[in-house]
Amino acid sequence: MTIEVKNLVKQFGSFKALDGVDLKVDSGELLALLGPSGSGKTTLLRIVAGLDWPDAGEVLINGEDALAQGARERHVGFVFQHYALFRHMSVFENVAFGLRVQPRAVRKDEATIRRRVKELLDLVQLDWLADRYPSQLSGGQRQRIALARALAIEPRILLLDEPFGALDAKVRKELRRWLRSLHHEINVTSIFVTHDQEEALEVANRVVVMDKGRIEQIGSPDDVYETPATAFVHGFIGESIELPVRVEGGVVRLGDRPLNLAADGLVSGASRLFVRRHDMLVGPPGSGAFEGAVRHVRNFGPVQRAEVALSGGETIEIDAPRGRELRAGDTIGLEPRRYRIFTG
Amino acid sequence: MPGFGLTMGLTLTWLSVIILIPLAGLFLKSLELSPEQFWNILSSRRTLNALRVSFGLAFAAACVNLVMGSIIVWALVRYRFPGRRIFDAIVDVPFALPTAVAGVALTALFAEKGWLGAPLAALGIKVAFTPVGIFVAMIFIGIPFVVRTVQPVLQDLDPEIEEAAGSLGASRWQTIIRVILPSLAPALLTGLALAFARAVGEYGSVIFIAGNLPNVSEIAPLLIVIRLSEFRYADATAIAVVMLVVSFVIIFAVNRLQRWAQNRIPAR
Repeated sequence: MTIEVKNLVKQFGSFKALDGVDLKVDSGELLALLGPSGSGKTTLLRIVAGLDWPDAGEVLINGEDALAQGARERHVGFVFQHYALFRHMSVFENVAFGLRVQPRAVRKDEATIRRRVKELLDLVQLDWLADRYPSQLSGGQRQRIALARALAIEPRILLLDEPFGALDAKVRKELRRWLRSLHHEINVTSIFVTHDQEEALEVANRVVVMDKGRIEQIGSPDDVYETPATAFVHGFIGESIELPVRVEGGVVRLGDRPLNLAADGLVSGASRLFVRRHDMLVGPPGSGAFEGAVRHVRNFGPVQRAEVALSGGETIEIDAPRGRELRAGDTIGLEPRRYRIFTG
Repeated sequence: MPGFGLTMGLTLTWLSVIILIPLAGLFLKSLELSPEQFWNILSSRRTLNALRVSFGLAFAAACVNLVMGSIIVWALVRYRFPGRRIFDAIVDVPFALPTAVAGVALTALFAEKGWLGAPLAALGIKVAFTPVGIFVAMIFIGIPFVVRTVQPVLQDLDPEIEEAAGSLGASRWQTIIRVILPSLAPALLTGLALAFARAVGEYGSVIFIAGNLPNVSEIAPLLIVIRLSEFRYADATAIAVVMLVVSFVIIFAVNRLQRWAQNRIPAR
């Protein structure tokens, strides 16, 4: 099943939640919508699900106009951040719900429903919880039940809204891996919304980065990490050093100091320089584009994170490999191995 | 558990002084009657009719309040409309209004020349001074009980569960029957019980509109007052005891039902 979204616009009062969004999701993809809160990612997901309606634009599911149908007809599995399980029903009945409310003509008989629910509970590895109530489950178990419930209707597409947002860090990590392998197993076209870049990069085949109701970049996890298309993406994904610079006649200046950095093809004017923390190579004083004094150092496993005051006064944090130990008070030279300069 | 002794002691003492001792007095007084006398009072046509009017109409009124109250709660909680807060406050009026005032107002409204009474009379429906009038008064005083019991529970009910039901293919109707009503059931039953109890005990507003015709539109509490004014205290207490027992049995049954519904939704 493919999903196609064309020029979607949605406004809540004076707030533009979606500002002309175009997106194509291929069959069998696991796509992440990544962005800060208020970026419109949940609104986009809800519109695809039929839980919200756009002010303008088109949504096509498998080439058919989805906006002509309500949530009920779209046959879309939706998983909510806060599970939205039915509290008065057992786990079994929660999963069976979608099968029990089918129109009489296509409804399965009781034995088939039981078998199907059993299969789904096996799939999410929680068959032993069938008789419990949602309130007796942990957060991670609830979310897996919510997923089993959504899968019961054999949805054409699966939509997950911050599925791990309400869980603690350890459970999140487990469920991420589990979701990826589950997707591999059932291979249904899926979109999930997250504000957690690690989650998006680890789980998805493709990542859509959104900000302020617009798509900033669409690409594989490697693409968005290695070659961010915009300043926003560079700043949002991965830990970056951001410095305000000016480009004048092919020379990059930080404050009034020219930096020894190539500026080919850059438009003159105020710009921003982005470097990943671990792409700053440490050398002897005077050896790189920057020079600075180490303020203090903390060790994080394989890296040492140093706060460095540049000679112009800016303070940055770098991640240097262990081995050549940095000490507070050292004067060092810094050379960006890779960097990006964005105008504006 | 710290504080158990203190709070338990206070609870028992307070319930005894305020509720149990007066009720025990009632039972003691009725013991002045021999079983035969007691039975004669109860099985008299007038007593039976009064009890029938009181309990029957109270139950009918509570059922109407359950349905209408649920709809009102839904509108108040789920929609935003101008004047919502005013309507929300109006719900409480029957709580606060002196019941006699309510009775007089309803009587004036539904009398044959009243604003509502006149058009109804044209249709051949008489409300004031008939059992229908009692029914109307009981609905009036019972409505806030349903609304106020169900309102907080509905406010807590996450609208996402309706979206979940919809995306799983449930029609609006299936969502209401299978998801919303079961979630509200304990609160609805409590509201029903409270509205019923209030209507059974109602005196002030009913006697103005009822017409108080023995065997037709005479409620049991009024019969008690009449017996008292005739100095037939034992008769009065006998009727009171029966009302008490029947009310207790009904409320206890509803309570069990409510408990059962509640247990199907273990606390979060």
